[in-house]
Amino acid sequence: MSLFNIFNISGSAMTAQSQRLNVVASNLANAESTTGPDGKPYHAKQVVFSTTAFDGQVGAGVRVKEIVEDTSPMKMMYDPNHPMADAKGYVALPNVNPVDEMVNMISASRSYQNNVDVMNTSKALLLKTLTIGQ
Amino acid sequence: MSSRIDSMFQFHQAALNLRAARQELIASNIANADTPHYKARDIDFASALQGAMSGDGSKLQMAATSDKHLGDASGDTVMGAPVLYRNALQPSADGNTVDMDVERAQFADNALRYEASVRFISGRTKAVLAALQG
Repeated sequence: MSLFNIFNISGSAMTAQSQRLNVVASNLANAESTTGPDGKPYHAKQVVFSTTAFDGQVGAGVRVKEIVEDTSPMKMMYDPNHPMADAKGYVALPNVNPVDEMVNMISASRSYQNNVDVMNTSKALLLKTLTIGQ
Repeated sequence: MSSRIDSMFQFHQAALNLRAARQELIASNIANADTPHYKARDIDFASALQGAMSGDGSKLQMAATSDKHLGDASGDTVMGAPVLYRNALQPSADGNTVDMDVERAQFADNALRYEASVRFISGRTKAVLAALQG
């Protein structure tokens, strides 16, 4: 039945959006991380969404296809006393843009809310359907 | 052979099924609001209901004598009605044609009409019961 499929669709979208929010949190938390487990500064990450079809239904859900690293150049800060400074005295800071991340965060949270609304509406409709004949 | 009671409910049953299917399609549009290259889809409700009521949802189709012949719109069908792509007013740079305002409005509209169909069916049930019980 179509209305039950909406739970799959909106559920997949909510999972994808929360994963996006997770990545945003990681980016913002590591905005100043000059070194990581591999000894290199943190690279900003982005999720890539992709449509995913469910068996036997027309509506399609969403999934996170991959998480890509931002390849834009690192921010270079002159600080010769920093332990991670290179020979010229520059420290490589992560290429995280806090403005982009905040926009991404708001967009993810709004999309999540939209899907919650869709789910609630479908639930209300299903409950109404159960009252037919009463 | 359909009985008299059957034919009383036939129209609203078809309408309810179509409303549920359309609800699923719009939910999938809302879920994929951030998916690159996703194209918003919908059905033409009036013609779909006409098709469902006339018995054969499948209209006359053009003969495809080669695999390369194009089929109906997206190729998917809901109860015999072709699933069409929405004409986007403001497509995004990433090729996504979901307009959240349109989708939310259509979703609310469809939910209300679904509920209306549920009430019509309930009303008919009450009428039948009243006739039976006197």
